[in-house]
Amino acid sequence: MSFISRGFRGRRRDSEVDPSRVPPGQYVTDDFPVLSAGPTPHTPIEEWTFSIVAGDERKTWTWEEFRALPHETVTVDIHCVTRWSKLDTIWDGVSVDTLLEQVDHDAPYVLASSDGGYTTNLPIEDVTDGKAWIAFGYGGEMLEPEHGGPARLLVPHLYFWKSAKWVRGLGLRDENEPGFWETNGYHLYGDPWLEQRYAGD
Amino acid sequence: MLDVPEWPGHRAGQHLDIRLTAEDGYRAEREYSIASAPGEPVAITVERLDDGEVSPYLTEELHTGDALELRGPVGGYFVWGPEDGGPLLLVAGGSGIVPLRAMLRHRVRSGSEVPARLLYSSRTLEDVIYRAELEGHDEGVEVVHTLTREQPAGWTGYTRRVDAELLGEVAWPVGESPLAFVCGPTSFVETVADGLVELGYSPERIKTERFGATGGK
Repeated sequence: MSFISRGFRGRRRDSEVDPSRVPPGQYVTDDFPVLSAGPTPHTPIEEWTFSIVAGDERKTWTWEEFRALPHETVTVDIHCVTRWSKLDTIWDGVSVDTLLEQVDHDAPYVLASSDGGYTTNLPIEDVTDGKAWIAFGYGGEMLEPEHGGPARLLVPHLYFWKSAKWVRGLGLRDENEPGFWETNGYHLYGDPWLEQRYAGD
Repeated sequence: MLDVPEWPGHRAGQHLDIRLTAEDGYRAEREYSIASAPGEPVAITVERLDDGEVSPYLTEELHTGDALELRGPVGGYFVWGPEDGGPLLLVAGGSGIVPLRAMLRHRVRSGSEVPARLLYSSRTLEDVIYRAELEGHDEGVEVVHTLTREQPAGWTGYTRRVDAELLGEVAWPVGESPLAFVCGPTSFVETVADGLVELGYSPERIKTERFGATGGK
């Protein structure tokens, strides 16, 4: 018999929310919580660059060059490992496919790196074919620094720690090198539908 | 206080996850910072949120003897032990005091002489958690309170929300290469972390943990 918490009823949430959109263990919030491991970086936009590094090859965009790239508006659900989920969030960003197209690459993994030293690792298939963006807009406005602005990685199908805030580059890698949270007890991959929160899940 | 068979031990600053399951299988899970030091029985301190789903159950319904499903300890970054050195600057907003209190208890239990300063922001004196315990620390720990909404008669301490100036008066000088842990609601943490960076604190030596709702969209 599975565990029952005596006397717990819970608060059943809106029946408007389709439960099949909420991964196991998550609750839906209207809020947009901010979580971070350290202070919010504030890189001046004239110093901001984004790079893709693949072996010896490096392609870099300045902010103007980046903003001149084709971009799209997407509506996605996001899921944080701390258990909140936010549905129908609207982002503006450049597809990672658009950026990767500019570089010859053949590596199986990427390591995203951000201002402040944050990193996170992903298999290449998880950031290609329309699954990931470098997002500069949220909710119709420019992305605020607290939420990762000027630009963050957006990979909605994985736990949101993979959507690295303040992203400055993607490094193509042969190994699946654990990034910041992955080195600090969190799962290497992070699929919310399989509840892969912590290492060993 | 929780009696957890085969608890593997924990580090000061880590948290654990609690899962509640209703009879029809409905589940709710939340994270709580561990309030006790390594080596002490596992304890959590729960602030009841009016619109909470789990905190009202934990603070009002749960009885001694009830079983609780939990998982942990979790988290490898927002942790401190004497081997990490200092001097330590701990800045707490409201229930953000919980993991920092675990760090102070660990400091005491391990006999560490790392100097520590705690800056603790609360609305009123009644909202201060662990008040007597914090007052009882030896001179290696300086505790500075700020009461932002209401103060008792004769209060001579700070009476406003933590701002850059207050931080400048309380924080360790940058030259001492302090290690800072900031915990509380997100806007509090943002103000404090930015303030410490402005004072010259190295961002890598400012660790933050934010909780609570933001009210943002």
